[in-house]
Amino acid sequence: MALLEVKDLTIRFGGLTAVDNFELILESNELVGLIGPNGAGKTTIFNLLTGVYAPTEGSIHVDGVNTKNKKPNQIVMLGSSRTFQNIRLFKDMSVIDNIKVAYHNQMTYNLLSSIVKNKKFRREEQEAVDVAVELLKVFGLEQFQNELAKNLPYGKQRKLEIARALATNPKILLLDEPAAGMNPQETEELMETIKLVKERFKVSVLLIEHDMKLVMGICERIIVVDYGKIIAKGSPKEIRKDKAVIKAYLGE
Amino acid sequence: MGLSKLFGTVLPHKAYKKLSISTVFINLAFVTIIFLVLNTLINTGILNRYYSTIIVLVLVAIVMSASLNIATGFLGQLVLGHAGFMAIGAYTAALIGIALYPVITDGFLFLSRNLLIFLISASGAALTASIAGLLVGTPALRLRGDYLGIMTLGFGEIVRIILTNVEFTGGAQGLKAIPRIMTFPIAFWTTATIVLVIYLFMFSRHGRAILSIREDEIASESVGINITKYKIMGFVLASMFGGIGGAIFAFQGGFLAPVSFGFIKSVEIFVIVVLGGMGSISGAIVAAIFLTFLPELLRDFDQYRLLLYSMMLILTMLFRPQGMMGTKEFDTPRYLRALKRFFLRKKKTDDLLKGSDQ
Repeated sequence: MALLEVKDLTIRFGGLTAVDNFELILESNELVGLIGPNGAGKTTIFNLLTGVYAPTEGSIHVDGVNTKNKKPNQIVMLGSSRTFQNIRLFKDMSVIDNIKVAYHNQMTYNLLSSIVKNKKFRREEQEAVDVAVELLKVFGLEQFQNELAKNLPYGKQRKLEIARALATNPKILLLDEPAAGMNPQETEELMETIKLVKERFKVSVLLIEHDMKLVMGICERIIVVDYGKIIAKGSPKEIRKDKAVIKAYLGE
Repeated sequence: MGLSKLFGTVLPHKAYKKLSISTVFINLAFVTIIFLVLNTLINTGILNRYYSTIIVLVLVAIVMSASLNIATGFLGQLVLGHAGFMAIGAYTAALIGIALYPVITDGFLFLSRNLLIFLISASGAALTASIAGLLVGTPALRLRGDYLGIMTLGFGEIVRIILTNVEFTGGAQGLKAIPRIMTFPIAFWTTATIVLVIYLFMFSRHGRAILSIREDEIASESVGINITKYKIMGFVLASMFGGIGGAIFAFQGGFLAPVSFGFIKSVEIFVIVVLGGMGSISGAIVAAIFLTFLPELLRDFDQYRLLLYSMMLILTMLFRPQGMMGTKEFDTPRYLRALKRFFLRKKKTDDLLKGSDQ
């Protein structure tokens, strides 16, 4: 069973078909890129995968479970976690608290324990701190742990968002334009980080990106969409030569 | 595979400072000292009845603003009808109190008669207020910002108008002959317990979940927080503690009238929260003390009170939009440490100076 299985995914907003018969099979520990011109429907696909929108037609299975009628927070618990195109951190919370919020579902103590602070509470909170610090270390953010998230520089905010997504213990990581707004050096650093994350946490990564250097550099497979339809699939090499892709990006 | 297992055995990292139990105990000791001082002052008559009444009213204001802070400060929802929950709590407690007063004539175990009656009626108040919170909170989840504000404002007015028109609450004439069982120790420790519970709650995974909803609902949902559940939880907790605040108020005055729970009361509580700092419990406490004492001192200018409130709101928004305390908390151990450092340094410099003399 594939980790993520998407069949005939379609969504219509009134007369506009934003995503049309999208298909995807993501195996474990794969790194797949999703590219396409502006307005092609990439982010809409992400919103469908994470349960923000309900598809008009088609089905999505995460780790074998149909996500139909599931809320975004339930889909996260199935094991798919995302980042956002425009960073959405908990700005006025500390860096470590950002991670701890995402660790919420890995903890089980109840409301009463949080008031009496019993043994279970202390053990799980300590575990949350340990995991959060280790995660921050992976991203080189551990010295900022008590800083407010909004005070981090842009590149570090991006990293924190990925770290936060990982704290939910996902099997699939959905990255929405992680390199947006980064300079070439930061992008380079990000490429290394994504590779490292994939190896270290054994996750599959689905990546939306406009930076071709990044996409061609690290993706094993690439899917190109335009006007909500898949126009090409294949290895970076094949995509680079694909007629339809060149047409979509550059015109006739 | 759990993340903690992935990292293998790591050395336990220094737990986040807010976790430490000793912080709570030191703050508790601090609160006890305040209690002993005030209690002695009241018992010896240095603070007369007028002042002890005001002190209890301050405590009510603290409970009301600390509870509203859960919904407005932490959850980030604009609630303009908190007096409605207070009214529900106050009337419930008063009615239970009136019924129980002739029945319970003796204390039970270590509980005095007054405390026993208060505990039972306050539990009733908490129950009815939290049911009201649930009823308002559930549809309110669909609304945001000003719309939610208007809806809760409407709720407050509905409660007031119902209370004015129903028979068994005494209608517009008010509910009389409520046993005045409120004593300073009961009011003080109820308030302290509520503040402590809110404080402890906020430094847990549940509290963090509520904070994350204020910061960014979409992101919060995307890391697996059930935002429906936590919004309702925040609403219900706020209304529950608000109801208990109403119970203290009811047994203090011995008389309840619907007019005391109008829109202006809600605004008063809201101003306290904004002035103290949305998201700071200690800020709410400081602002509650300040804003309850000030109108008492300015009794002669009573009709300008609302003017004063709006002026203060405008000035706060202009010069300190985050409120007095922002989202920070009063932290006795930290101040003690700072004090210790200060004296140590002073001693060191003194020693150095002595050394250089020789």
